[in-house]
Amino acid sequence: MKHVNTLDRVVIRFAGDSGDGMQLTGDRFTSDSAVFGNDISTLPNFPAEIRAPAGTLPGVSSFQLHFANYDIMTPGDQPDVLVAMNPAALKANINDLPRGGVIITDSADFTKRNLAKVGYDADPLTDGSLEDYQVHALDLTGMTVEAVKEFGLTRKDATRAKNMFALGLLTWLYQRPTEGTISFLATKFASKPAIRDANITAFKAGYAFGETTEVFAVRYEVAPAPMPPGKYRQISGNLALAYGLITASRKAGLPLFLGSYPITPASDILHELSKHKRFGVTTFQAEDEIAGIGAALGASFAGHLGVSTTSGPGMALKSETIGLAVATELPLIICDIQRAGPSTGMPTKTEQADLLQVMFGRNGEAPVPVLAAQSPADCFPTALEAVQIAVKYRTPVVILSDGYIANGAEPWLIPDLGAIPAIDPEFANAANATDKSGKTVFLPYLRDPETLARPWAIPGTADLQHRIGGIEKAKDTGAVSYDPANHEEMVRTRQAKINGIVRDIPDLTVDDPADSDGRHARVLVLGWGSTYGPIVAAARRVRKTGRLVAYTHLRHLNPFPANLGDILRSYERVIVPEMNLGQLALLLRAKYLVDIRSYSRVRGLPISLSELARDLENEIDQLEGTDS
Amino acid sequence: MTAVDQLHSELDQPLSPDAPGAPPGLAASGQSYRGLAGVPLSLEPLSRKDFTSDQEVRWCPGCGDYVVLAAFQGFMPELGIKRENTVIVSGIGCSSRFPYYVDTYGLHSIHGRATAIATGVATSREDVAVFVITGDGDALSIGGNHLIHALRRNVNLTILLFNNRIYGLTKGQYSPTSEIGKITKSTPMGSLDNPFNPISLALGAEATFVARTIDSDRKHLTSVLRAATAHRGSSLVEIYQNCPIFNDGAFDAIKDPATSADAIIPLTHGQPIRFGVDGHLGVVRDQQTAAFSVVEVDEVGEDALAVHDAHLADPSFAFGLSRLTDAGVLHRAPIGIFRDVEAPTYDDLARDQVALAASLGNDDDALQAMINGADTWTVR
Repeated sequence: MKHVNTLDRVVIRFAGDSGDGMQLTGDRFTSDSAVFGNDISTLPNFPAEIRAPAGTLPGVSSFQLHFANYDIMTPGDQPDVLVAMNPAALKANINDLPRGGVIITDSADFTKRNLAKVGYDADPLTDGSLEDYQVHALDLTGMTVEAVKEFGLTRKDATRAKNMFALGLLTWLYQRPTEGTISFLATKFASKPAIRDANITAFKAGYAFGETTEVFAVRYEVAPAPMPPGKYRQISGNLALAYGLITASRKAGLPLFLGSYPITPASDILHELSKHKRFGVTTFQAEDEIAGIGAALGASFAGHLGVSTTSGPGMALKSETIGLAVATELPLIICDIQRAGPSTGMPTKTEQADLLQVMFGRNGEAPVPVLAAQSPADCFPTALEAVQIAVKYRTPVVILSDGYIANGAEPWLIPDLGAIPAIDPEFANAANATDKSGKTVFLPYLRDPETLARPWAIPGTADLQHRIGGIEKAKDTGAVSYDPANHEEMVRTRQAKINGIVRDIPDLTVDDPADSDGRHARVLVLGWGSTYGPIVAAARRVRKTGRLVAYTHLRHLNPFPANLGDILRSYERVIVPEMNLGQLALLLRAKYLVDIRSYSRVRGLPISLSELARDLENEIDQLEGTDS
Repeated sequence: MTAVDQLHSELDQPLSPDAPGAPPGLAASGQSYRGLAGVPLSLEPLSRKDFTSDQEVRWCPGCGDYVVLAAFQGFMPELGIKRENTVIVSGIGCSSRFPYYVDTYGLHSIHGRATAIATGVATSREDVAVFVITGDGDALSIGGNHLIHALRRNVNLTILLFNNRIYGLTKGQYSPTSEIGKITKSTPMGSLDNPFNPISLALGAEATFVARTIDSDRKHLTSVLRAATAHRGSSLVEIYQNCPIFNDGAFDAIKDPATSADAIIPLTHGQPIRFGVDGHLGVVRDQQTAAFSVVEVDEVGEDALAVHDAHLADPSFAFGLSRLTDAGVLHRAPIGIFRDVEAPTYDDLARDQVALAASLGNDDDALQAMINGADTWTVR
């Protein structure tokens, strides 16, 4: 009988060659943990190269999972356990593992040749360099090959099941349920019985090895996290975004038309939407980014919900068409799944440096509403709200996500779709004015007095034929106009329309609980997008030290919530953590004349919560110190 | 019979009324427009006036665009479709102002992107007839990529490419169809680059309908529009269009009655390719190289002439004919329908996939089931 230790939280990092199946292994462990009831947060981290040379540092792919018995906000800065399938994976990740951490490796892969490939002069498993860690060097390859020999696979194919052996071992170690992975493998490899059986057998063998071996004296238990009642699933950001767009299209009665061009890390939205044509979804893989958004705008003109998905470089190519959508005042959704730039940058690494691009990256005065999702599951309501705004105000809307949100996963309380209100596209269906001769006419730019939105008359609607385009239009009639006063009025009206969306945006609330003396924080941390998790986690950590800190998070980046200025002015110090060089900070300073402190990290990784917590503590202490 | 007369005699013939999917009204009138299958018909007869918008036309005096607009407005009522089910998408350039002057739905878009935008319109709406208005700079330079991809996909669009072999709206730079050595504002020592032959380009992309006509010949222009609209799939119609300001006379050889007979190579399906004053010229195909050339009929005999076949599945024959176009200053060019073949269209296939998937069930429960996914757990 093994001893069982109870833990609140564990961070495991699976690392191996790009071809070792580490993402799949991590996904499975995540699913099993989520179904078990833990809160989870994940960070896939992989190279852009599909198969870098085997066994080299550039080829290392990893998947980090944080699971806990309480609500966690991040995938964790440092792993507690590192599963390293080869010397390259060990070398690439060992610096992140705190002293005392657990290492599980495949000793069979630590050959002279593989060690030399990554610059190890001596075998780290035997030279004493890992003595500060708990190292379990196991012959994962040998045990896997032995376990699956009855299926007659080549050694290469047999070896490929070693990730499932490792998963089985970890599943035993952390007392995860096994049924999910077994049924997953049975389905995934249904057409290849030998591969299927080998993987299931390797998984079970890993589990059995844990039970019988003397190597592991202790098993661990991480109890389910308390969560609001309801039905849950785990979800990634790209999946939630796709589901949100489909749901919004159904709620609006507008068939979804996606025009897109493959680009990391946005392509999974194209893949997902292309699976759901049954819900009236058309997906058009265009010849380039420009054609993708062009076709989407054409579909919007024709009365569908036009959507285009991309990342920063594609966003640059789409800017002229977004300008056309601004001028023609048609609903259009553009999803920018940000990645590290400039130029190609680091396609598989995350960043938030497209904010100013989506705000201003167009010629002329071309305002566009911008919404940012703060977590994977948050992509769903963000997509719904973006469609509501686009349809109500007849405007392109940008949704910002990023590589971290797109690929990361968390539990999601599945919404009851029946409870989501309908979106009324309010198509124009009749003339809306009378000309001098008393004849009824249709004026395509006669605006709603409250929203300033123009009528959306779609082809096929009798008597509402009209022409629109990128040339400046006379107010009301939409006819070509070069009149100076008209242009000024149109420029200001388009801006006023976007500014007016603020009426639909809830006031921002600040999390700033008073301490026992009734005091509130003097420092506010303000974030947007995927920094939400690290900011909340860091604030919690700071508060545990007895310090006061307030935080709030922006979903609406254009327009800002109405009370944002008041909030900024009510704190002595405002700190804005961003994965860029201070883009939101620049906007806030310009608009509110408030001295924002920018906190910048551009490493292609989420902001470290422990680093942020430490820096916040210093800021708070500094402020307190200046008083004495 | 002049070359132009010969063209007209062929193209005046009504199209086959028994093509599948033709609107019943058109079939009854002896016309068939498979390209418009799915587009609702107007209950009342329409006139040219119904297709004229209230906007003042603002092209230069003498511009070829006026003639094309008049022919288009005169031709549209013949289709019998509701004008509100017509969408005209254009890019940027002189000709791209066209949609403003036609009382249908219109989108004057951005430079080069009209075909991409029109692809979205056509794919999302089977009940809409989609026309693209573009020029040589718009379609072949900045929008070249979108043009070839629309053609290879065979999206159901009728593309009118106004080729004046010059940039007009930007005031006179050479275009991708200008002849080498063209002296313009941007090429004072002469242009250096080889021009595109738009017909060859379209055929290289395996466009299913490719034709060429002339702005000043309204009868021929109308007959080509008729065939292009009838075609289901991408129809590319190159229109030789004179720019009286920046490239006046570029097509004089084929417009001047004194020279046109020897300049126009008329393409008539099923007919030997013969032209010139008294039909003294003809086109033959070399057995070895498969290249076409113009010969004196007396020297080779009438039986040696190539017989035009616009319906060949392989585009090589049509491509070969397109090479008879002068690349430099234009003295001779084939005019007519180079290729007209049936092929599945992208937009029909895309709609079929959506319909097939929808037949598996798409009610609210199915949507909720999709979002729930396979692995859920319940917290009580």
